Amino acid sequence: MNAPHIPLAEPVTLKPQTLRHGMILGIFCFGFGLVLAITHQITSDDIASRALEDKQNSLSQVIPERIHDNNPVTDTLVMRNAGDKEITIYRARMGGKVTGVAYEIYGTGYAGEMKLMLGIGADGRVLGVRVLAHKETPGLGDKIEVKKGDWILRFDGLSLGNPPPERWKVKKDGGQFDQFAGATITPRGVLAAIRGGLDFFAENKTKLLEAK
Amino acid sequence: MSTGQYKTIVKDGLWDNNGVFSMLLGMCPAMAMTTSATNGFGMGLATAVVMAASSLLVAAFRSRITQEIRIPVYILIVAAMVTLVDLAMNAWMHELYKVLGLFIPLIVSNCLPLARLEAFAAKSPVLPSFLDGLFMGLGFTIALTVIGAVREIIGSGTLFADASLLLGPAFKAMELRLLPADMGVLMMILPPGGFLATGLLVVAKRLLDLRAGKEIQMAGAHGVA
Repeated sequence: MNAPHIPLAEPVTLKPQTLRHGMILGIFCFGFGLVLAITHQITSDDIASRALEDKQNSLSQVIPERIHDNNPVTDTLVMRNAGDKEITIYRARMGGKVTGVAYEIYGTGYAGEMKLMLGIGADGRVLGVRVLAHKETPGLGDKIEVKKGDWILRFDGLSLGNPPPERWKVKKDGGQFDQFAGATITPRGVLAAIRGGLDFFAENKTKLLEAK
Repeated sequence: MSTGQYKTIVKDGLWDNNGVFSMLLGMCPAMAMTTSATNGFGMGLATAVVMAASSLLVAAFRSRITQEIRIPVYILIVAAMVTLVDLAMNAWMHELYKVLGLFIPLIVSNCLPLARLEAFAAKSPVLPSFLDGLFMGLGFTIALTVIGAVREIIGSGTLFADASLLLGPAFKAMELRLLPADMGVLMMILPPGGFLATGLLVVAKRLLDLRAGKEIQMAGAHGVA
């Protein structure tokens, strides 16, 4: 890249004062940078294990304990979803046989992407869905969180044929699922994500259930 | 410093020169984060911690920070404190972090800490500066909690909903439902409600001050962010 040459009105000289200010600023930056680096070093292990615990927690909510004897967090498989995004599949096994899988699904809400974890049994029925991250309006769209309402629990046990595809919509769109007062876009996005997740399961069933 | 001066710091921070209601600073979190009293309270507390720590540091280094580079140094210190709080909470107070984590990085863009560093900590000893940061932060917490409470009561009909997520299960009792669920005026928890509630509360505070015969402190805002 060629930076345009701008002629300077006066020759620039480095004043001793400027140098001093630069030094002071540099020392502050270095000092606080060091403090942050040390803090990062001290906390990184704890933060990593908290993240793992969170993942374990969210997995245990979508894969009931009674269907597996392995640890799904470490029994993983990486695949590409319909949006060509790499997703990690967590597998639940009982006696080596895959009894269910869980993976992240993505939906578009009112304020950007929503990330959910979907658990599906080997029979194609939803074991559970939980919201992992979203930016929906507090008090309106955030009722999709299990902490703030039981809306998200209504999908347990449902599958691609039950209800039929044309009923997999919010009531406003002629489907069977309630939207929230003041928030239709959020539940619509969640529903689309779950539909997509179920489609993914149907398309990749053999690969997902392979007992490798 | 005498006890009287400390009293002034406390009173200024909490009421007389309240960051939100008198100085009209920190408007962005004051309106964006106050969809419920609990959210406002959490945001306020995190801000108070950062303000107390950065005021203390600026006061401690005040003889080294020259006039020309003070603003970048202040920003550096506030940003470093925010990152420290963020990392430490994520590692050791994870439950709280899950609720507050979203708000913490936003403190960097709040101009109230910066205003206090410039107006107070840059020319005062360490202890008064620390107290100024702390009580300005607590005043900010009170303001955000009140704005959040007004918006939450009118908007959702609840008060301190989800407080137990922030403060622990013992605080379940303070979660109140004052109006039936579908009575809420939705607008109050949407952005316009933030402007309405904040504006009306600023007026209310000035009326109270007038009635008490106090001189009204005009907004000494350098900028509103």
